[in-house]
Amino acid sequence: MTSIKTPSTERPTPPDSTPGAALHSGTSDLRALVLNNLRQSGIYVALVVIVALFAVLTDGVLLSPGNITNIVLQYSYILVLAIGMVILIIGGHIDLSVGSVVALTGAVSAVLVIQQGHPWWIGVVAALVVGVAVGAWHGFWVAYAGIPAFIVTLAGMLLFRGLTLRVLDNISLSPFPSEYQQVAAGFLNGLLGGQGFDAFTLLIGAIAVAGYAVSGFRTRVARIRYQQPVESFPLFVARVVLVGAVLMYFAWQLAHARGLPIVLIILAVLVLVYGLLTRRTVFGRQVYAIGGNLSAAALSGVKVRTVNFWMFVNMGFLAAVAGVIYSSRSNGAQPAAGNMFELDAIAAAFIGGAAVTGGVGTVVGAMVGGLIMAVMSNGMQLMGIDQSTQSVVKGLVLLVAVAFDVYNKRRAGTAR
Amino acid sequence: MDDTILEMRRITKTFPGVTALEDVTLAVRRGEIHAICGENGAGKSTLMKVLSGVYPSGSYDGEILFDGKPMQFRGIRDSEANGIVIIHQELALVPYLSIAENIFLGNERRGRSGLIDWNFANAEAAKLLASVGLHENPVTPVIQLGVGKQQLVEIAKALSKKVRLLILDEPTAALNDIDSAHLLDLLRALKEQGITCIMISHKLNEITAIADSTTVIRDGRAVETLDMRSDEVTQQRIIRGMVGRDLDSFYPDRESSPGEEVLRIEDWTVRHPVQDRMVVEGVGLSVRAGEVVGIAGLMGAGRTELAMSVFGRSYGRDIRGRLFVHGREVQARTVAEAIDNGIAYVTEDRKRYGLNLIDDVRRNVSAAALDRLSRLGWVNGNEEIKVAEASRKEMNIRTPSVMAVVGKLSGGNQQKVVLSKWLFTDPDVLILDEPTRGIDVGAKYEIYTIINRLVAAGKAVIVISSELPELLGMCDRIYTLAAGRITGEMPVAEATQESLMELMTKDKELVG
Repeated sequence: MTSIKTPSTERPTPPDSTPGAALHSGTSDLRALVLNNLRQSGIYVALVVIVALFAVLTDGVLLSPGNITNIVLQYSYILVLAIGMVILIIGGHIDLSVGSVVALTGAVSAVLVIQQGHPWWIGVVAALVVGVAVGAWHGFWVAYAGIPAFIVTLAGMLLFRGLTLRVLDNISLSPFPSEYQQVAAGFLNGLLGGQGFDAFTLLIGAIAVAGYAVSGFRTRVARIRYQQPVESFPLFVARVVLVGAVLMYFAWQLAHARGLPIVLIILAVLVLVYGLLTRRTVFGRQVYAIGGNLSAAALSGVKVRTVNFWMFVNMGFLAAVAGVIYSSRSNGAQPAAGNMFELDAIAAAFIGGAAVTGGVGTVVGAMVGGLIMAVMSNGMQLMGIDQSTQSVVKGLVLLVAVAFDVYNKRRAGTAR
Repeated sequence: MDDTILEMRRITKTFPGVTALEDVTLAVRRGEIHAICGENGAGKSTLMKVLSGVYPSGSYDGEILFDGKPMQFRGIRDSEANGIVIIHQELALVPYLSIAENIFLGNERRGRSGLIDWNFANAEAAKLLASVGLHENPVTPVIQLGVGKQQLVEIAKALSKKVRLLILDEPTAALNDIDSAHLLDLLRALKEQGITCIMISHKLNEITAIADSTTVIRDGRAVETLDMRSDEVTQQRIIRGMVGRDLDSFYPDRESSPGEEVLRIEDWTVRHPVQDRMVVEGVGLSVRAGEVVGIAGLMGAGRTELAMSVFGRSYGRDIRGRLFVHGREVQARTVAEAIDNGIAYVTEDRKRYGLNLIDDVRRNVSAAALDRLSRLGWVNGNEEIKVAEASRKEMNIRTPSVMAVVGKLSGGNQQKVVLSKWLFTDPDVLILDEPTRGIDVGAKYEIYTIINRLVAAGKAVIVISSELPELLGMCDRIYTLAAGRITGEMPVAEATQESLMELMTKDKELVG
């Protein structure tokens, strides 16, 4: 009786359905831009509000040059993990093991470099190899054995924590040679000199702003050539100026502290690469397709197993990158390193707009989600709020963020 | 005058945009087996859902009299309390619970302590199993039973509820011949015990063998009730009632000039993915360029299973047979290979298998052929938009923009998106599974026009449809499928609804 299951609700042609009309509707004014992107812009607004709130509560300490540098150093590894995590969540999976993998990769690196005296880069390479191997292990079980990712990575969480203890023989190793410490604690500064600030950092900041403006302009030109709706030119300029101002302020503050952190460069490159990977490549598309409707993706010729496998390999790789950064920052390897990191990464992805059911989410969103968590933690630490309250607040923020998302979706009335 | 146990009077049930039942009146005599038959989508299951309270009182017009008393069922518990029990086509047993636990699920007898008395339950279950002729231990998990035995457990469950009117929806659709025969025997035995039975079935030989009366439903109306005892009712007589719809001139004209053969399958055999039975057996068919070939078959005949198994082995296991594209044998072991060989399959269930509903029109259109829009793994997003815009114009997809989410479009426009997606793979042969299911008349006509345009461009098209007028109006040639086998093939000029329906309801033993 299927003609009844899907009753036809053919609506008459809406008057604005011609391509010409679409050119003028869409995102042509500010109100529409905000409304159309409420889900996306919602988290930016939330980030701004939270930054402003804690800037006031901490008497501006939050935005001081030293503290901004601190936030970057302190949460970089969570943001790296969140990149891999949001991709898995978009694909309809999850990874509970990343904290253990951070510990294991850091431990392997520490054993090679600290205990056995190999050069620092051997430790980095070995950590990355281990991370990729762990990812392949998870990928095999999820993609080819068909075990749910929740179970596979829960097992991995225990398994790789155990292996960490084995590798470290239950003791902490430290310290790393100074080159290794540079990964997380190093800065690029003084390359161009400067009076009381680092000119090089400002230059990089300016290049980033220019890059943002040029790529935005090129996209705009291409879209116009393909007769697609674009925002009005003043709005486009306003957006570029706003983003540029924020970036330059950020660079200015860094330049007045210790310069450009190496870890920020790593993070920026990863965000750029994975942002493009998810939005612009066939692989990225297939991840969204699998998460959005697995059966439809399979029936469209997507090699579901292969894609699932590589998603996990990628997560393993990024967990190893985070492992290197974390071991470098903590200047050693500890058996309990990385505990609960997975939860921070998962929270970042969901606060950043990823959907529990899969198929929805962005790398940039996860970064903003991660920054919201980072600013809150940092701000509360600065205010001297104790750990228990911090945990309560973070938990509530996660819940409210996802509830807002669910509410929005229901109101939008999408079919799912 | 016979003793009437059930009377449904002037039942009308509408869904948004669709009238599923219109003014249906049904009378069932006490202690008879009353068959209901009709084409797919005629309204049979809806009628039974109204009767059993799945659609609660107030959601439909009309009245139900049971034992002469008007009834207002608010849910399935109400109807069961009155002894009306429905057994759905998809069995509703919990696989990992035991037979006894399933029988008393939701109906558990508690002992004095307030806990379930399992000794009593198992003993009762054993008695019930004996009465349906099932010799299994009541503590056996249901998952260990075959479909035929599970069906018997369902009936035992119904008996435990003191059933007076048993409704069976396609009870033998998933059963093999022996289990079917056993089930029919059991229904006769239940009739001896005074239990009235309503049976929905597509198998006309079963109906003529067992039913005392038959009501034919067509397009949401009860067309006629045949008394199987007094009249000499043949299968042909029932068929005439089922298909008596007028062929209208609703289908756009097309010049037919088939060219070379594009796709051929030989001796195609598919086993059910979990159950131990053949879903498709020894099927052979072919389609030529510029030709529309129809596959007619009732629910459960294996139409979709056949199509999906050909399309990159997306269904079933132990698939055997040969597949030829342009006369060359190919192995399409995966969907990607099938697409590479120029085969496209447009699913009958676009929401589940055809679309990513949370994504936009553009990315749904490109989903099956992203490689055509990409170089070294990078998608050219602007070209993609151009392709989507072209599809939107060509297919007349009514959407505010190609960036609009597909889930918000109407059924007809969603179907056009699915079609666009498959056309963008540039296929040589399109298999369209129920291409006009659930879409309104205007959109149907548009889909037909699109099909004609494709055929004129030299594509080969296979249409699977439950609507015989649609097949007769669109196809050059029609195959009939019953119980996984081809039971006939004829040029459309020689086909009538009656002749097709006869071949579609032909059961195995009657074949060849």
